[in-house]
Formats: sequence, structure tokens, C-alpha cells
Amino acid sequence: MIEVKNLVKSYGNVVAVKGISFKADEGAILGFLGPNGAGKTTTMRIITGFMPATSGTVLIDGLDIFKNSLEARRKIGYLPENPPLYTDMRVDAYLRFVARLRGLGRSAVDEALEHVLKVCGLEEMSHRICGHLSKGYRQRVGLAQALIHNPPVLVLDEPTIGLDPRQIHEIRELIHKLAGHRTVVLSTHILPEVSQICQKVVIIADGRVVLEEQLEKLPAGTSLEEVFLHAISKEHPEDAGRAEETLEEVGAGHA
Amino acid sequence: MPAAPRKRWRRLARVTPDSVAASKMRNAITIAGKELAGYFVQPVAYVVMSVFLLLGGFFFFNMLRYFEVVLQMYTAMQNPEVLARLNLNHAVIEPLLHNLAIVLVILVPAITMRSFAEEKRTGTYELLLTAPVRTGEIVAGKFIAAAVFMLIMIGLAGIFPLILVMFGNPEIGVMMSGYIGIAFLSVSFVAIGLFTSSITQNQIIAAITCFGLLLLLYVISWPAEAGGSQFGDLLRYLSLPDHFGQMVSGIIDTRDIVYFLSVIVVALFLTQRSVESVRWR
Ligand SMILES: Nc1ncnc2c1ncn2[C@@H]1O[C@H](COP(=O)(O)OP(=O)(O)O)[C@@H](O)[C@H]1O
Ligand SMILES: [Mg+2]
Repeated sequence: MIEVKNLVKSYGNVVAVKGISFKADEGAILGFLGPNGAGKTTTMRIITGFMPATSGTVLIDGLDIFKNSLEARRKIGYLPENPPLYTDMRVDAYLRFVARLRGLGRSAVDEALEHVLKVCGLEEMSHRICGHLSKGYRQRVGLAQALIHNPPVLVLDEPTIGLDPRQIHEIRELIHKLAGHRTVVLSTHILPEVSQICQKVVIIADGRVVLEEQLEKLPAGTSLEEVFLHAISKEHPEDAGRAEETLEEVGAGHA
Repeated sequence: MPAAPRKRWRRLARVTPDSVAASKMRNAITIAGKELAGYFVQPVAYVVMSVFLLLGGFFFFNMLRYFEVVLQMYTAMQNPEVLARLNLNHAVIEPLLHNLAIVLVILVPAITMRSFAEEKRTGTYELLLTAPVRTGEIVAGKFIAAAVFMLIMIGLAGIFPLILVMFGNPEIGVMMSGYIGIAFLSVSFVAIGLFTSSITQNQIIAAITCFGLLLLLYVISWPAEAGGSQFGDLLRYLSLPDHFGQMVSGIIDTRDIVYFLSVIVVALFLTQRSVESVRWR
């Protein structure tokens, strides 16, 4: 569903992404895991068409995000690292605006609005000003705007960052619920998040993929934490047989 | 959730592809509507409007009073020749519009500085640029909103000539020409303001750069005063007060309209390039 091919992105002299490739399978939640500064946000901004890659490309349902940009963008719901709220708009007006912007017809907007308000638990908040909402509710509105045009693909950049434990729990539940049969890419630097809600994990460190694996295929007894720490502490994560080797080593310790 | 309503929502929410032209306009209007509503929830817009109209009133009544004094003086002196030459347009509306144009040099940057800079700062830029919308539509939407705001403001300043019409006998055609001139001027200013806002995420930088550019358009012909080279002609052509002054004095010339339209087109084109370059940097 999402195919990321050899993405490279440099900001001036800084190469933030150094050749990332992975696939997100249709209808599954992919955890995009990496320490701060690994290049998660950069990769997601390229996937969503916000900015171009220096080289490489991304296919959304077979559509190239650069060449068929408008068509491809139509399929994506995106929650950036900071929820993109207009702080002086009311929640319902804001969501209506996003719905129109994403191409919903006038007649479809009401129903879509009603639906996302319900799914995201925002019914009570629909007349509040976005700027007056708590961080947890802002995140919900952020999810609601990503969801409003019912996209087959959801890209969520660290959706639980900066929330308190109860809110984190609620947002995770919500993501789980709204994922449905959508393809979801969710970035995080929190390990348990991945094991709780994802089917597949891609670990990146310093702009490179160090592991791409289905969670169920991780050897029994392997903790993701060990895989992660091991992967990112490797001196040269780019060389030889990365993923399998990593897994075997970590797995062996548990055998 | 029960399955049935969800299915219904899915079907309704599916995007029906409009004709391309219609959808282009639709996206621009969606953005313009949101922007325009946005102007009226922030105090800046009301402050700008109030300052504009209060200063306008101040200029208007002062010039009107001055006109009255001169009128009485010449009536007392029984000087029919000069009396015949005294003219409400010349004495009141023309200076009023020239002064308001200067006020706009200061106020327009305050109105447009937010447009792109604020979106970049708060992150809503990511929402705009990842929506299935062309950059041209974003620029058009923001331009329409700011232009409509300006025209509302200029429209409200129409109260001044209206007062003259009620109590005096001004030449309505000349006044109309002047107001069309200030409408073109304000819309050109807005286009320049959008451009400066698109190049930065700092509102203050956007405002000051805009102010600088607008002021430059006012004084750009100064070096030409010395000589009559081709370069001097170019500078004189670029000079804003010349074109505006023509319209204020009642002459609507296509050359002046072409001038304002070119300023608008060039500024919006640069804005579009600048928004696009953020994407392709
Ligand atoms: N706009 C930018 N200009 C320059 N460098 C940037 C920019 N954005 C990110 N970077 C750099 O790119 C690297 C990856 O950043 P990012 O993608 O935000 O990582 P993550 O989201 O995984 O924390 C970091 O070293 C960061 O400093
Ligand atoms: Mg990040």
C-alpha cells in the first residue's frame, strides 16, 4: 500500500535520511520506531508530499507522491508532529474546512463531521475554540482532521508525544479503533507503543533502516527493547545482513 | 459501532471528481472563506479598519473646514473668478485619497503579515501543503480574502464622498475614479504583502519587508528626476504615485490599470514560486 524506495533527504549539508526503504502492508499498522533525530519526521513529511526527497520516491497505492501528487495526497490522512490547528477556529468549523480542503462535497461534510466527532470523542467539544483545548483534545482534533475524508492511508507522527499517561492510553485506543482496514504508519520513540498496537515494525537510526519485521515473526522471548537497543547501538548499522543478524543475536540470548 | 451507518458514511465521503476548473475555483474559495472569517475574529483587522476610518475622518473634516474657510474668505472678498475655480474634489477628496494611500502603506503590512508566516510558525502549513490542493489555489484563496477585506474597508471609506454628495455638489465621476484608483492600489499592496509573508515564518520580518517595498514604490522615481535616460523612464513607469495620482485626478487610463494589474500578477506569481520553493527546497 505504501512503498518507500531509497529515500534520501539532505538539508543543506546535513543528510537526515540516508536511503530508507520499507513497505507498509495494506490494512496493517506499521510502527516507525527510532530515537530522536533519526529522521522519522523527515521521512513522514516526504511520504505525505509536504516536501520532496533529494532522491528516491514513495508510492501510495501505486501512485507516485511526486508525479501524481494530487491523486496520491487525496488518499492520505496526516497528523504532523504538532497538530495543525487554527487556534482561533472552532473545532467544527475547523473540521469542516479540512473536509472541504480534502475534497468532500458540501453534502458529505455534515455526515463526515458527525462521524469523526463521535469516533474521536469530540462531540462535547465541537463548539470550543481549538486554541483553548487541552493537549489531549488537540491531539484528538488532529486525529479527526486526518480522518475526516476517510482516507485509506493514515500517517501519524508521534501521536502520543507530550500527553499524560491516561491521555496516551486513550489516544492509543483511539488509533487502534480508527485504524480499521486502513494502512497506518505511526512514528514513535516509545517501544511499548509498537508492541501494543502495531503489526509490523521498522526501526531506523541515524537515517537508515536497521530492522523491518512483522512483530509476530520476532523470535519468541525477544523483547523489542533489546532489538531496538542492539540495533541502534551497532557501530555501523549500514553494513551486512542487518535485520536477520540483529534478530539472531538477540534471539539467541533468549533461547 | 453498527456496520450500517459506517457504510453509508463511506459511500458519501467518496470524492466525486469535479471538473478541474470548477474544483480549482472551489478550493480557492474554500480557503478564501476560511481566511476572511479569520480576519474578523482577530482584533488586528478591527484595529486596522478603525485606524483607517478614523484617520480618514480626521483628514476629511479638516480639509472640509479649510475649504469652507477659503470659500468664506473669497466670498467676503467678492472674487468670483477664484470662487469658480474652487472645487470640492480638488480641495477635499484628492488630498484625502492621497493621505489614505500613505496610511495604507503602513496598514496593509499589518493585515497581510500573518497570511503565510503564521501558518509556517504554527505548523498548519503542513496541513495546507499536504491537502490535495495546488499551491496556486492556496495563493489565490489568500489573495481573494485579503483583497475582499481591503475592498470592504475602502467601501466603508466611501462614507466621505457620500457626505459631500449630500451637502455639496462634487463631480461624482472624478470621485469614482479616485476610489477605483485606491481600490487598485490597496489590492496591489495586498499582493505584495502576501509575497513578503510567504518568504518568512516571522510576521515582523514579513511586515517590515512589505512596508519597505511599498515605500520603495513611492520613491522609486526619485533618481530619475536628475536625468532623462531610459532607466529613468523605467523608474518613472514603476513609480506608484504617478499612476495613482492620475486616477485620483479623474483620469482612468488603461496604462495605469495595466500598471496595477502587472504589480498584482508579478507579486502573486512570486508568491506562488515562493510557496512552491518551500516544498521543493
Ligand atoms: N528543516 C530542517 N533543517 C535542517 N535540519 C533538519 C530540519 N529538519 C530536521 N533536521 C535534522 O534532520 C535530522 C532528522 O530529524 P527528524 O526527521 O525531525 O527526526 P525525528 O523525527 O526522528 O526526531 C535531525 O538531525 C534534525 O536536526
Ligand atoms: Mg520527529
